[in-house]
Amino acid sequence: MRISASQYSTGGRVVLRAEDVWKSYDDGAIAVLKGVNFEAIEGQTVALCGPSGCGKSTLLHLFGGLDSADRGRVAVNGAEINRQTNLPRLLRHEVGFVFQLHNLIPDLTLEENCLIPTFAAGIDRKTARARLLELTERTHLTHRLGHRIQKLSGGERQRTALCRALMNKPKILLADEPTGSLDEQTSGTVFNLLLDLAATEGVTLLMATHDRSLALRCDQLLEMHDGTIHEPIFSR
Amino acid sequence: MIFLKLIVTNLRRHRIRSLISVAGIAFSVAAMLTVVTILQGAIGMFSGILSSDSQIIVFERNVSDLFFSSVPANAIDEIAAMPMVSHADPVLFGIVSSADHPIITCFGVTDSDARIRKATWTQGDRGDFAKHSDDVVLGERAAEFLGAKLGDLVPIGHGTFHVIGILKTANGFEDGGVFMPLGAAQSFFHKEGTSSVITVKLRDRADAGAFKAQVKARFPSLVALEDSEFTRSYSQFKILKATAWAVGGCGLVLGGLGVANTMIMSVFTRIREIAILRVNGFSHLQIATMIFGESAVVAMLGAAFGLAAGTCLLIVLKQIPALHGYVDVSVHPEVMLIVIVLALGTGVAGALYPAAYAMRIRAVEALRFE
Repeated sequence: MRISASQYSTGGRVVLRAEDVWKSYDDGAIAVLKGVNFEAIEGQTVALCGPSGCGKSTLLHLFGGLDSADRGRVAVNGAEINRQTNLPRLLRHEVGFVFQLHNLIPDLTLEENCLIPTFAAGIDRKTARARLLELTERTHLTHRLGHRIQKLSGGERQRTALCRALMNKPKILLADEPTGSLDEQTSGTVFNLLLDLAATEGVTLLMATHDRSLALRCDQLLEMHDGTIHEPIFSR
Repeated sequence: MIFLKLIVTNLRRHRIRSLISVAGIAFSVAAMLTVVTILQGAIGMFSGILSSDSQIIVFERNVSDLFFSSVPANAIDEIAAMPMVSHADPVLFGIVSSADHPIITCFGVTDSDARIRKATWTQGDRGDFAKHSDDVVLGERAAEFLGAKLGDLVPIGHGTFHVIGILKTANGFEDGGVFMPLGAAQSFFHKEGTSSVITVKLRDRADAGAFKAQVKARFPSLVALEDSEFTRSYSQFKILKATAWAVGGCGLVLGGLGVANTMIMSVFTRIREIAILRVNGFSHLQIATMIFGESAVVAMLGAAFGLAAGTCLLIVLKQIPALHGYVDVSVHPEVMLIVIVLALGTGVAGALYPAAYAMRIRAVEALRFE
C-alpha cells in the first residue's frame, strides 16, 4: 500500500516517512515511540540525536522492516512497510544497515563478508566483485580483502560494514550509531567516509548518534525525546 | 561460493561436534550396510541352494519355513514324470547339532541331485554316495569344524555317520552342511516318504506358467514358484530383510538425533550471525537452505565414511574362516543408493527443527543477542 500523503516535499521526493508511529515492548509496558512523525528527502543526510532509550534505534529498525509498529504507518520509497512487505527484497535493494557493532561474520574474510548481500540478491560474482573493488578502494581497504575480520582494526571493521551495506547500491542507508564504538579520530574518518559515500552514491542517510559534532555535519539534525521527534534543531 | 563457505565455516567452527555427528551417521551407515549385505548374502546363498540347476521350487503351501514343509513322495514321482520336466530333485532339510556346533544343516538328497553331481569332490568318490544309509558327505567347512576326514566316523545329532566324501562348493550353507542319502535323512528326521521341497528344471522355461498351474490343480496343498518369485515372497527372507533394514534404520535414527543435536546447537550458538544474514537480505528459504546444507554435508560425509568402513568390515569378515561363503563383499548398488538416500534423509530430518527455529529468528532481537 502506498501512503497517500504528499509524495514530494518542497526539496524533493520523500523516501522515508513515519506517520503517527507508536511502538512499545513488553505488552505496552515500555512505550518507546509515541506518535512519531518523520520525513526524509531523497539524498538528504539526517541525524537523530537523543538520550539512550529514546527510540532512535527502534525507528531505524522500523524503516528497515526489522520490527513493526504497533500503530501508525511507516513507508520506504512510498511503499508502506507491513506484513505484506517483501523484507528480503527491501533489505537487498532499498535499504542498507550499519550498526554500532560492526556485525560482521568473524570467520569470513572482508571480501566474503561484503559479498553476502550480493549473494542474497543473486548478483553475479563478476559484478559483485567489481562493486567490491570500487567500494574498498574508496574506503582504503583493498589491501585487506583477504583478511579475516578478527585481523582488522575497529575502524577497518566499521568501514567494511559500510562497504557491505552499500554493496547492492541501496538508496537509503540506516546507520545506528555507526561510530559509537570508535575512538574520536577513527570515528571522524569513518564519518567522513560515510558522508562522502552517501553524497557520491546519492544515498539518503538516516543516522542515530550521540555525537553532536558529527550530527551537525548532516543536512538535518533532529532531537528525539521520550518517544517523539521534536522540531529540527537545524535544517539546511 | 559464499553459501558453501558459510556452510563449511560453520562446520569447521565446531569441528569436534561436527565430527561426532559425521561419526554417528558413519557408524549407522556402516552397521546398516554390513547387516543388510550379510543378510542379503545369506538369502542369496539359501536361494542358491534351492536354485541349484533348477528353475522352480515346489513346497507345501502356507508354511512359514521350508524346514516345516512336507511334500509327499507321490508328488515327487508325478512331477518328475511330467513331460515338460527335465528333472525333479527332492530335498529334505534338517537341522542337527554336534558337540561344539549347535546348528548343522543337513541335506537329504538323491545321488542325481545337482549338489552332488556338480560339486567338487575334494575327497571320496561320487559313485559311493547313497550306497549305505549311514554314509554322509560333508561340505569342506563342515569337515573342518567337525575335524573329520574321509573314512572317519562322526557324531551328528543322535547318530554316528561314516564320512565317504568331502565336497567343496561356493555356497556357504552347503559348504557348512552335511549331505545324506534322501532315505537315510527321512528316517533320521522321522519324515519317511516326504521331502521339504522339490527343485524342478523344465525342458523349456517358457512352460513355467503351465507347470505352476498343473501343480496347483493336481496338488492343492503344494505351491510351485519360480526362483525369483520365491526369493521375493518367502516369509523368512522378508523377515530377515525387514530385520536388517530395521536394525540399520534404528542406527540411522540415532545418527539423525546426533545431527539434530549438532544443528540445534549450531543454530543456537549463532543466532546473531543468522540475524546478520537476514539484515543483509537473506530470505527464510536461504537461511533454511543453509541449515539443511550443513546437515546434508554432515550426512554425506557420514555416508561416505560409513560406506567405506562398512565395506572394509565386510572384507575383514570375509577373511574369517567361520564366515566363509556367508559374506558377499560385493555391495549391491541399490543397497548403496538406499543407504545414501536414508543417510541424506536422516540429515535433512535432523535439520528440520533447527531450520524452522532459524527461520523464526527475529533479526531485531537477535542483534541484541550476545
